[in-house]
Amino acid sequence: MTPKVSLRGVTKSFGANTVLRDLSLDVAAGEVVSLIGASGSGKTTILRCINLLEQIDDGAVLLDGDEISAIGRDPNPVRRRVGIVFQSFNLFPHMSVTRNITLALTKVLGLDGEAAAQRATELLARFGLAEKADVYPDQLSGGQQQRVAIIRALAMQPEVLLLDEITSALDPELVGEVLDVVRELKGSGITLLIATHEMAFAREISDRVCFLHAGSVAEIGTPSEVFGAPRDERTQQFLRRVRSN
Amino acid sequence: MALELHRRAGHQPRLTSRQEHERRQRRRSSFIAATSTFVVLVAVVVFIPRMPRWDRVKKSFFDVDQMRDSFPRLIDAFWLDVKIFAWTTPAIFIAALLIALARNSRSPALFPVRMLAAAYTDVMRGVPVILWIYLVGFGVPGLGLERPFNSPLLWGSVALGMTYSGYVAEVFRAGIDSVHESQRAAARSLGLSSTQTMRHVVLPQAIRRVVPPLLNDMVSLQKDVALVSLIGPIEILRQAGIDKAKFANFTPYVVAALIFLSVTIPLTRLTDYLWHRERRRTGGTQVAA
Repeated sequence: MTPKVSLRGVTKSFGANTVLRDLSLDVAAGEVVSLIGASGSGKTTILRCINLLEQIDDGAVLLDGDEISAIGRDPNPVRRRVGIVFQSFNLFPHMSVTRNITLALTKVLGLDGEAAAQRATELLARFGLAEKADVYPDQLSGGQQQRVAIIRALAMQPEVLLLDEITSALDPELVGEVLDVVRELKGSGITLLIATHEMAFAREISDRVCFLHAGSVAEIGTPSEVFGAPRDERTQQFLRRVRSN
Repeated sequence: MALELHRRAGHQPRLTSRQEHERRQRRRSSFIAATSTFVVLVAVVVFIPRMPRWDRVKKSFFDVDQMRDSFPRLIDAFWLDVKIFAWTTPAIFIAALLIALARNSRSPALFPVRMLAAAYTDVMRGVPVILWIYLVGFGVPGLGLERPFNSPLLWGSVALGMTYSGYVAEVFRAGIDSVHESQRAAARSLGLSSTQTMRHVVLPQAIRRVVPPLLNDMVSLQKDVALVSLIGPIEILRQAGIDKAKFANFTPYVVAALIFLSVTIPLTRLTDYLWHRERRRTGGTQVAA
């Protein structure tokens, strides 16, 4: 079966700094894959390359077998199918929660205002934020903001959702509510790629865990393989360091 | 006494010694400010009239009869300043926004547009306003255009609009640059085009941030409108000059100044208020001392 998302020999540099080196990774439709690894190992860059926020230098990124990284390709149709949630939420501060969600629904998907608002209302209710529909982002806690950001991405009904360290900017007591949203998404058919530092969460939610080292895949396998019996020495070192904290 | 204390405690929480101290400090500051203001006022009111030529200055700058006589003519003439201001302002905003957007374009095909926009702002800001007014206001009608396109009033306004759009474009550009790249990333990741991103996400935030500096430029423009008088149109400054020549008295200039102040001071106060509000919102918490 064609993988949903496929990276083939992807290389990406920022100036002299090579962030991804000949990296290959296949993710099946509906699969949940966590990317773990030290800061600078390339987790965020992988996600931004799939969403075409970054252009790769070499290799190919495929969505359903279709080369979306091809030179000169319009990124917008791809982005409609691949959503991303950022570490720093990036809500639009001058728009209400509802407007944050409906903006792209009306401007990109062409929904009329009423249909868009209805979709926003439903999603907000589903994730316990119904009463926040009309407030502005700066009136929300970090956890609530991040949940709105996830809803904003989900409202586009993407086939793939990329989560870029979505709990890293949150106070510890707010992490749980955001992870609960992700738990609810698993099994809904959406393909999830999760860059994370939350090892326990990665272990719990992932179908497969991918350990990155210096821009390539050092080890990939089921959570029990990677966390329980890591084969690669660098994985072992990384997990030791993380656990000793 | 005990009752008194009890009542005070019941109505308002007792002040701590630190709060007492701060209250004393505040009272002391108010007292000092009031005293120094009073001293300065007395100095002005008492000493200036004692200057040797005060009588003559008073007669030629602050002649009340002259004020009454000139005021209606000056107000009439000021109406032209207001009109020039009113039609140049929207033109300036539109032109400046287009220039700022041109400078912010990222497509390589638009390189010449970017370069032209940069050159425009440099040239417009690099020459005194008054020179542009002379050059454009006398130069263009000199081409032999037909009425009404040979009016110095028209071309003077155009010159004013040209210079100010250079300044205002820079203000807009700074505002656009101040919107964090992550906002663009969020908008683009949702599938919005770069134009939609600019229009719905970047510009609304940018414009909100630059309202105070924009108002600041409007205050300057309101005054610089008077420069158009130098190429002919009879607006307030020119009318004051005519009155001064006719009555050999400078009072009309003082009246003109007061009329300008009556417009610019409220505008300046509003600008200050908006600055403070913006700073409170984005400037972080003030340090204690």
